[in-house]
Amino acid sequence: MTSPLQLCVRRTPGSGVPAVGTHVHVRMPSDIACIEQTVSLVTHHCLAGTMASERLRFRLQVAVAEALANAVMRGNQEEPGKSVLVEAELFSDRICLQVTDEGIGFDPTQVPEPVRPEQIGEGCGRGLFLIRKLVDEVYFNEQGNSICMTLRRR
Amino acid sequence: MGFHQMKDSGGVVVVRVEGQLIVGNRQELKDLIGGALDRGERKFLIDFARTGYIDSSGLGALVSLSKRVRELGGELRLSGLNEDLRSLFELTKLDTLFAIADTPEQALANF
Repeated sequence: MTSPLQLCVRRTPGSGVPAVGTHVHVRMPSDIACIEQTVSLVTHHCLAGTMASERLRFRLQVAVAEALANAVMRGNQEEPGKSVLVEAELFSDRICLQVTDEGIGFDPTQVPEPVRPEQIGEGCGRGLFLIRKLVDEVYFNEQGNSICMTLRRR
Repeated sequence: MGFHQMKDSGGVVVVRVEGQLIVGNRQELKDLIGGALDRGERKFLIDFARTGYIDSSGLGALVSLSKRVRELGGELRLSGLNEDLRSLFELTKLDTLFAIADTPEQALANF
């Protein structure tokens, strides 16, 4: 079966350190069924050749899964003609990730805190909160359709 | 990846989550528990000893299921969360909403 994902990995020669200088691009369709495979692919290429802790692997998996779910469901509204782009740039001390959808964007400051007593029993609304808790830096582009996340390799 | 269901001798429906509990399969879990509720089952244990990660949709599904089970007079408990998985419940304060045991045996002991 042909994978619906498009992968491009580019390595800058001569860095001497595994994974450093590597750029990973994955394009996935707006299909929630593709999220797990994309998370697995991105995690594999971000951590290949490194002594990553289980904690870093877990933080990376959950953060990417959340960003992809937001991009597919809220950004692209699961429209079949739209795709999501994941870009990762690898450094010796950190992983920088960018997840971009083709939606109109949103204002991240308007997302309510899910840990307020009146929100805890809700069935949704924890994705962005979890990302902020699991990664070291988060910011959005001006349009609000692209999230940048940095995870330190510690 | 999948859900494995069994019933223990005390009448508790035990569901083991193998792989991930995420947006792509949360409906399958909701259908599985919903079907058991329709058959009259009221005691549920979801075990995460073989789970890799859970996303916010998975957490949301657990919240919805717990609420539905409680409304019907039942109880849903969780077990087998490793340190990373447990941290998701603590960060979102969902550890205050669920009865969480270290092992399925502990959860089933006084169900």
